[in-house]
Amino acid sequence: MTVGDRTPLGRLLKLWLPLGVSLLFTLFPFYWMAITSLKPNQELYSRKVMPLIVHHPTLKHYVDLLTETSFLEWTWNTFVVAVVSTAISLIFGAMLAYPLARIRFAGAALVSFAIAATYLVPQPLLFVPLADIINSLGLGDTLTSVILTYPTLLIPFCAWLLLGYFRTVPGELEDAARIDGASRLQTLVKIVLPLCGPGFISAGIFAFTLAQNEFLYALIFLTKTEVRTVPVGAISELVRGDVFYWGQLMAAALLGSIPVAIIYSFFVEHYVAGLTAGSVKG
Amino acid sequence: MTAPSLAPALSYRRPAFSLGRWFEQPNVFSWLMVTPPVLFLAALVGYPFFYGIWLSLMNRPVASEGTFIGFANYVQAWHDPVFWQVVLNTFVYTAVATLLKMFGGLGLALVMNQDFRFKNLTRALLLLPFIVPTVLSTIAWQWILDPAFSIVNWTLVALNLVTPPGPSWLGNPHLAMGSLIVVNVWRGLPFYAITLLAGLQTISPELYEAATIDGATTWDRFRFVTLPLMKPVIFIVTMFSVIFTFADFQLIYVLTHGGPANATQVFATYAFDIAMTGGQFGQGAAIALTMVPPLALLILAMALYLRPDKTT
Repeated sequence: MTVGDRTPLGRLLKLWLPLGVSLLFTLFPFYWMAITSLKPNQELYSRKVMPLIVHHPTLKHYVDLLTETSFLEWTWNTFVVAVVSTAISLIFGAMLAYPLARIRFAGAALVSFAIAATYLVPQPLLFVPLADIINSLGLGDTLTSVILTYPTLLIPFCAWLLLGYFRTVPGELEDAARIDGASRLQTLVKIVLPLCGPGFISAGIFAFTLAQNEFLYALIFLTKTEVRTVPVGAISELVRGDVFYWGQLMAAALLGSIPVAIIYSFFVEHYVAGLTAGSVKG
Repeated sequence: MTAPSLAPALSYRRPAFSLGRWFEQPNVFSWLMVTPPVLFLAALVGYPFFYGIWLSLMNRPVASEGTFIGFANYVQAWHDPVFWQVVLNTFVYTAVATLLKMFGGLGLALVMNQDFRFKNLTRALLLLPFIVPTVLSTIAWQWILDPAFSIVNWTLVALNLVTPPGPSWLGNPHLAMGSLIVVNVWRGLPFYAITLLAGLQTISPELYEAATIDGATTWDRFRFVTLPLMKPVIFIVTMFSVIFTFADFQLIYVLTHGGPANATQVFATYAFDIAMTGGQFGQGAAIALTMVPPLALLILAMALYLRPDKTT
């Protein structure tokens, strides 16, 4: 669909100008992150030097970040937590979604209501009681605390998304398998799941980025260096007292964003599909 | 995996009770599937929610037994001037940020809905703020708005628009709220734009052609074709956005910690301060729960105003 004229001026005003401004606004913080992380301190904290470019690039902040802080440990923790909680969420999400998508059973409405309600509960509503529960279970400062709580944020989304994908599998395929003597479980595992690969990729990517992004629970449950995730580690340990180590902070922000950005760039179509499935189909 | 398929075959001649057949019943199979995740969510969402209500009725300092005090925590919040400032701040933050994201996102989606080269690349780049961990990108914004070395101020000074050192973006109460809203919009706008773009792409071009033949102007086509068809999408996107903006924590925690002088304190950060920093679990749980009624009202108002009229 094209609206309006196709003259170069119209094109400029209606397309390139607003798009350019949006891209500049969107991307500038990343540019600023990157060049700050490459500047030596005397350049970083000087008002005399033109700040928009790097005059004497250095990798010192990266070296310091990797050698003097536990950044690599935080990265590993974040990765483990994100992978395990994504896996739990995909399995539980599928277990919720399949019966809701395919089988008429008593209580289905109740289950879908519970999923929707869980989806809409914002985290800050639960962190005080959860902190108390995690402490009394002796799970404070363990990765288990976040591995257990992150899926509560991810399962409803995964279930919702997978529900849509399960419904796209033609019912005839399942009927045929059942007539041939396959049990319901066999039908699910051998017929339906292989056809829903894209759904699992979308849900998995989305859950993974959400898990990497989580901050509040990690901030409360993880107070020791060796169990921290990247966001909490950066905020708590690269700011000592009132001193901000801006070079290292920017290096950490950039390095911490890269894993997500790489995965995202490979699966951008799946990610967009996941993002829009809920609101457009819903 | 052969055992389950044998069981029905055996029971075909002898219709006694068979475990395999029992599993195949719709209700049994379904509940066997959904019970583990439902129990998991009940234990880690349902139970904490009700435990939070119970906590909010207690005087419960962090490391000691609680005592039941009824609604005293809520009464205390009612008489706390900071609490009312928190309510006001949260409403301003949510309303302004949501409106900016809604109109900006719709505008950007309309721009993106034209044909141009590198469309997929542009879309991928525009989504970056939404996928990068919020705390990390917010740290970058904190440096952009730094009181001494802000690049914004450097630019404004270089253009002779302000006198050095320029405004303190996070230190001045009004500017701090404005800055938070800008960062929130920066992060949330792509979600709106890309989702609304997906909605726009589902509208059939024939509708626009028919409208044009009937003499509709560009504005008419937007007003009478695009907008009514987009209402359901706009509603869902806005509802999510309102909930998560209202309950926002990380952006504010990183940029201002609720300061200066509580000027940017919202429900989540205030509850965090009282429960985690101050160690008053009961009071903190009560503050967090006071989020529910205004949030429910907001959602109700939106549902009435933006309700997709007949389409469900």
